Amino acid sequence: MNGINQITIALSKGRIFEETLPLLAAADIVPAEDPEKSRKLIIGTNRPNVRVVIVRASDVPTYVQYGAADVGIAGKDVLIEHGGMGLYQPLDLKIAKCRMSVAVPAGFDYAAAVRRGARLRIATKYITMAREHFAAKGVHVDLIKLYGSMELAPLAGLAEAIVDLVSSGATLKANNLIEVEHIMDISSRLVVNQAALKMKRELLQPVIDAIAGAIQ
Amino acid sequence: MTHRRWLLPEAIEDVLPAQAVRLEYLRRRLLDSFDSHGYELVMPPLLEYVESLLTGSGHDLDLRTFKLVDQLSGRSMGLRADITPQVARIDAHLLNRQGVTRLCYCGNVVHTLPAAFNGTREPLQIGLELYGHAGLEADIEVLRLLALSLESGGLAASRIDLSHVRVFRALAQAANMAPEREQELFAALQGKDLPTVRELVADVSEPTRSALLALPELYGDRSVLAKAERVLPADPAIAAALGELERLADACDDLPLSFDLADLRGYHYHSGVMFAAYAAGSAAAIALGGRYDEVGKAYGRARPATGFSMDLREFARLSPERAAKAAILAPWPEDDGLHAEAARLRASGERVVLALPGHDGSWREAGCDRILVRRNDAWCVESLPEN
Repeated sequence: MNGINQITIALSKGRIFEETLPLLAAADIVPAEDPEKSRKLIIGTNRPNVRVVIVRASDVPTYVQYGAADVGIAGKDVLIEHGGMGLYQPLDLKIAKCRMSVAVPAGFDYAAAVRRGARLRIATKYITMAREHFAAKGVHVDLIKLYGSMELAPLAGLAEAIVDLVSSGATLKANNLIEVEHIMDISSRLVVNQAALKMKRELLQPVIDAIAGAIQ
Repeated sequence: MTHRRWLLPEAIEDVLPAQAVRLEYLRRRLLDSFDSHGYELVMPPLLEYVESLLTGSGHDLDLRTFKLVDQLSGRSMGLRADITPQVARIDAHLLNRQGVTRLCYCGNVVHTLPAAFNGTREPLQIGLELYGHAGLEADIEVLRLLALSLESGGLAASRIDLSHVRVFRALAQAANMAPEREQELFAALQGKDLPTVRELVADVSEPTRSALLALPELYGDRSVLAKAERVLPADPAIAAALGELERLADACDDLPLSFDLADLRGYHYHSGVMFAAYAAGSAAAIALGGRYDEVGKAYGRARPATGFSMDLREFARLSPERAAKAAILAPWPEDDGLHAEAARLRASGERVVLALPGHDGSWREAGCDRILVRRNDAWCVESLPEN
């Protein structure tokens, strides 16, 4: 658990980290090191009472939920899979934008398969979102949980369709897949531990306000 | 797997001596304190028919309740996941008093799913309920007892957050949403999920729309109430709710109060002021409470009701260390003088244990730090030599 006078921010490496830096700078928080170059998992900042912990993107909500970090930045996709228990999600940071989509191999008649009421095999990392999407459509699916390279699943005959994040669409194209359904737009959210916001409001509120003011 | 007979189910734990002593100390201290304020202890059963356990509660409690079939009646029974509805049933249906009834309880509840933050499926729920008075005096009494409980557990430096469900209810009514959408909105406000709130209120007309959007940001110190008066529409129900919070703040201005008008819980049963207590070191609220005037109706009689409860295990974990009391070893063989001295020491609050023969050298591990030694016909307490 964090000290009452300390802020711990959970971030993941890569795109989210890069795009978060200007927002943190607006709150006068500058990480002392670049996580891509350093192997450290806890990084200090220009402010002695603020530190950054580097975790996997899908672990950010868990760290914040249990209070191991006070605030974090996580994609909407990750938050939906996590469930958001114990978290405040006050801000859409409008960074790391992409979309969650259904994609099928070129030549597969998705609309006809859905109309026929066929039971589809769907490969995805996003089980909760895929389940809700197809339940809302009234389509029966078998969900196959994968941890990466979703695009391979339909090509190798593991599934008929995939549910995955699409940003430019280049990976789909390179693997001859076509986006057939847009499930939702995804961007990163600021998440805050509920008890931390109550106990450390004086410390956290200015940071949240500064970030809110810097959103593009 | 078959060899791991010692293994407990996930999120189920034993309470070992060091923790049990603190838990029991706090349990007695709180129940004594409740008793001294006139709260009568009740002990509802572990099992009840599902309908009585779940009446008036939401889907969430349903999911958290373990269920089984009663072989005697063929009906579904549940293991209680919350004692509050049981106590409401006792007040509404069994005691049937007309005036004020004050009840308290302490018992284990079980949950199918571990709570989000402390990961236990078997909280030890302790709490109190005050029935029969609709006025704010009852809320003040319960709020003060909550603060007193935190203090007696050494958690004085906590925060108590107040909210009022009627602010949301008035706005939701004005927004005139479908019940499902209203529950989505409730959940989004609960999570201060402003982007989702914005989507949900897109077709709501002004000024309700702006008011719902302002709600997640109406939290903080007392100035929030004045701000709420400015930004929320002039609605008698909202004004009354804010007025109640003002009066509570006046009556309890010595307590570490803060306010959060979007801190919503218990969609199905809360009806007025709600409170949540937070302590340093806990990732979520440690005590929850508030008004739930309609719950008794399901048991035959709607009664004004307010109260609070908390998980004593979590409370004991956060409460400052209390070292277990060290014991005095009484040697074997015994004699009458030794017996008399041991009895005298026990009566004075000491813990005296008999040394069973053949265990020399193990008594420090058993918690002894002193020993009774015979000196000139008298038994004296001396420090227990290291092995």
